[in-house]
Amino acid sequence: MADSSLALQGSFAATPQTPFRDPTAESPVAKWTLISIAIAFLALILFMPLVAVFSEALRRGWQVALASIVEADAVAAMQLTLIVAVIAVPLNLVFGVAAAWSIAKFEFKGKAFLITLIDLPFSVSPVIAGLVYILLFGAGSYLGPVLNSWGLQILFAVPGVVLATIFVTFPFIARELIPLMQDQGTGDEEAAISLGANGWQTFWNVTLPNIKWGLLYGVLLCNARAMGEFGAVSVVSGRLRGETITMPLQVEILYNEYNFVAAFAVASLLALLALVTLVLKTVLERVYGRDHGARH
Amino acid sequence: MDLRVNSIDKSFSGVAALDNVSLDIHSGELIALLGPSGSGKTTLLRLIAGLDFPTGGAIHFGNEDASAKSVQERNVGFVFQHYALFRHMTVADNIGFGLKVRPAATRPPKTEIRRRALELLDLVQLSGLENRYPNQLSGGQRQRVALARALAIEPRVLLLDEPFGALDAQVRRDLRRWLREIHDRTGHTTVFVTHDQEEALELADRVVVMSKGRIEQVGSADDIYDTPNSPFVYGFIGESSRLPVRVEDGQIWLEDRLLGLEAGHAPAGPAQLFFRPHDIEELEGCGGCIAGTVTTSRRVEAKRRVELAVGGPGHRIEIEVPAERSIPDGGRIAFRPNSWKLFRPIEARIGAKLP
Repeated sequence: MADSSLALQGSFAATPQTPFRDPTAESPVAKWTLISIAIAFLALILFMPLVAVFSEALRRGWQVALASIVEADAVAAMQLTLIVAVIAVPLNLVFGVAAAWSIAKFEFKGKAFLITLIDLPFSVSPVIAGLVYILLFGAGSYLGPVLNSWGLQILFAVPGVVLATIFVTFPFIARELIPLMQDQGTGDEEAAISLGANGWQTFWNVTLPNIKWGLLYGVLLCNARAMGEFGAVSVVSGRLRGETITMPLQVEILYNEYNFVAAFAVASLLALLALVTLVLKTVLERVYGRDHGARH
Repeated sequence: MDLRVNSIDKSFSGVAALDNVSLDIHSGELIALLGPSGSGKTTLLRLIAGLDFPTGGAIHFGNEDASAKSVQERNVGFVFQHYALFRHMTVADNIGFGLKVRPAATRPPKTEIRRRALELLDLVQLSGLENRYPNQLSGGQRQRVALARALAIEPRVLLLDEPFGALDAQVRRDLRRWLREIHDRTGHTTVFVTHDQEEALELADRVVVMSKGRIEQVGSADDIYDTPNSPFVYGFIGESSRLPVRVEDGQIWLEDRLLGLEAGHAPAGPAQLFFRPHDIEELEGCGGCIAGTVTTSRRVEAKRRVELAVGGPGHRIEIEVPAERSIPDGGRIAFRPNSWKLFRPIEARIGAKLP
């Protein structure tokens, strides 16, 4: 008995061990080559510029950097950026929810066209978006002079900046919500109305909680873009100092004036915003993923 | 609450889903809508609920025409196949939802809502789970919560759309018995949709068999099984075999062979013979019988099911014989059905012998 079991062991030991490998996995060499390339690329293209922004801003000490941030024009730019975001993000939030709702929950003609239209700001250059507003509201247009006669200045004023920003950040929330709401279908809503809930109660108690993480995620991205938008805003702003300059424009102006430290100080604020957005995004993805995964 | 469905039509962008459907449901009845997918059974249920609106016809709740009423006004309890529980609410909040969204004038106080929820939770035998979230429950438990939620609004009728469709076989059987008990205790007029004939026949007072947007037959389990009124119902409910035959001189013929079955008043001409595979009598010799060559046989539970090739073109039919009989492939078997039914090749029934 002992002999035979020994013999068995022996035969196992004699068999050459071929390690089991996941059939979709690459060899270690390929794997590490790919990872190194990716990391090197990221370091070169993304990480180094980020470091450069901060180091340039702090080159003459943090006091100088701080001074250029609290300087009047910079503060005005920050204020305008905040105002624009505070107007544009809620508007796009309402629009995004409405559009996603109608696309995900109803069948109607022209739906495909509407989806394409929502994507337009993604596919068109922001500069074009700005120029469109010049055409619409400029001195040579039909609308511009009429609105002007009512005392409404659109171009080269805050409303123009807001409009251009809304245009550019239009798709973020809708795009985030459409697949989510399509995936969820109308079952929960039907359950709610069959229990006697009216439209508003259904939206507030059922639909909104179901989409809240996706919505927050969309708002976050929308906000980041609204604060960082350059192209479209640059065309319609007219660059009136302290009036129609947002932070990205302020950076460019300072840079063009060879005021590098100030330019990079303001830029580092934008970069910080981006970093905060990324962190929040990661946190949201975790929570959202957990929530989503637990559904089944 | 009596329910009357009156000549309902429903089409979805031009495609007819229901075609002139009428149905009377009596107060307190438990009704099954049974049919294959695409038969219109779920559409009918949703029209009764008010989740969809008919293209033509009317739906009455008691004496009141509910056709134009919204789902909220109809006050129906609806249970969905995939539960549709609100995943961000606890079990108790789910059950209380219908009371919470009532207008202030008729809304019970919070403590009362909670009390009702716990009471219903007790009814569906889930006491103690009130603070769980839906994703912490099993499928069967979720469906019980969904039923409790539907009952909380004191509905006039209870509508269930394939309530056990997403559950596994054992849980289905338990829940079936349990649903019957709940129904008997609460007395709600209940309509449920299913494609599972066993479920329909076992659970319902009356079964509505549907096919292609029409009602084929309405009746008790006995009616539906013993006197199916169309080839569809005969084929859809229970096992059945069919043979293309011919009626001549009051006798039934398969090609040139007499089957030994009296056709009665059936008119002469081609017909389809239906019988149940288990309800046959094997014969030794064959003067007037159905005879065939065994192509395959397999054990099915307590019986052995034998597939035969019959007649010149080798029509395939199935019969059941005792399990202890071993039958070699290629052997001959002769038999005669004890009860059977003749249908014209197109729909109408033309003759039968009933058990």
